[in-house]
Amino acid sequence: MIPLDHVIGLSAVLFGFGVIGVLVRRNLIVMLMSVELMLNAANLAFVAFNRLWPGTDASPILDGQVFVLLVITIAAAEVAVGLGILLALFRNRDSVDPEEASLLKW
Amino acid sequence: MSFSTLLFYIFALLVVAGAVGTIANIRNTVAAAMSLVLTMVSLAGIYVLLGAHMIAVFQIMVYGGAVVVLFLFAVMLHGGEHEDLPPGRMRLVKAASVLVAICVMAGLVRALVGFPELPAAGAGFGRAREVGIALYTDYVLLVEMVSQVLLAAIVGALVLAKRKID
Repeated sequence: MIPLDHVIGLSAVLFGFGVIGVLVRRNLIVMLMSVELMLNAANLAFVAFNRLWPGTDASPILDGQVFVLLVITIAAAEVAVGLGILLALFRNRDSVDPEEASLLKW
Repeated sequence: MSFSTLLFYIFALLVVAGAVGTIANIRNTVAAAMSLVLTMVSLAGIYVLLGAHMIAVFQIMVYGGAVVVLFLFAVMLHGGEHEDLPPGRMRLVKAASVLVAICVMAGLVRALVGFPELPAAGAGFGRAREVGIALYTDYVLLVEMVSQVLLAAIVGALVLAKRKID
């Protein structure tokens, strides 16, 4: 049987790589990809914990998996809006470096 | 070690390799997107091993397909500029942030040990029929709300990405 510790550990490592990507990279597209990595880490933890309490055969507990479906939907919406913002930024600043988006700084 | 456990470790290795490839590909953003595909598909494999078949299908369809295609479109549209290493002081800040993130990672892994063995799941766990029934009975309000969010996101993305009409 798959040890749950290792699944959750994988989830934590994946989340950490997402954090590193957002903090270190200066390309908005890759930063969005790193956000996706973090969302996927959360999804993996949801599925793993749902698997820890699967319910009975007659009435399975599927709350974690339903949450994962909702998170996937929200992530798709986030990518669509994020890339729309990126295109607008690229059109105005000719770059996808987030340092360039400093119009609201004072 | 059973076969499924071995498969889990192989998929876990692929997930980590894909994540590293995503964030470490400084020269080529398309290669980073392809590494993201590797991560997503390997995660789908792990979902299958955990018994969540429906989630695995959605993972491949939405993440491995739609989301990555969107990323590739964005990369192609802006022509894939590559970034150089940041100048002096920023490089220190970046190194410090990597260190902090690795500490967070290690702390999480350290704190999250000692779970019981996974129990055997019933036949209905993760099957499309059961997940569908849960979605459209207990969570029907959530599904409706998420559909509204998607609609708003579609309109928002169109407005943001549209060229100015003059």
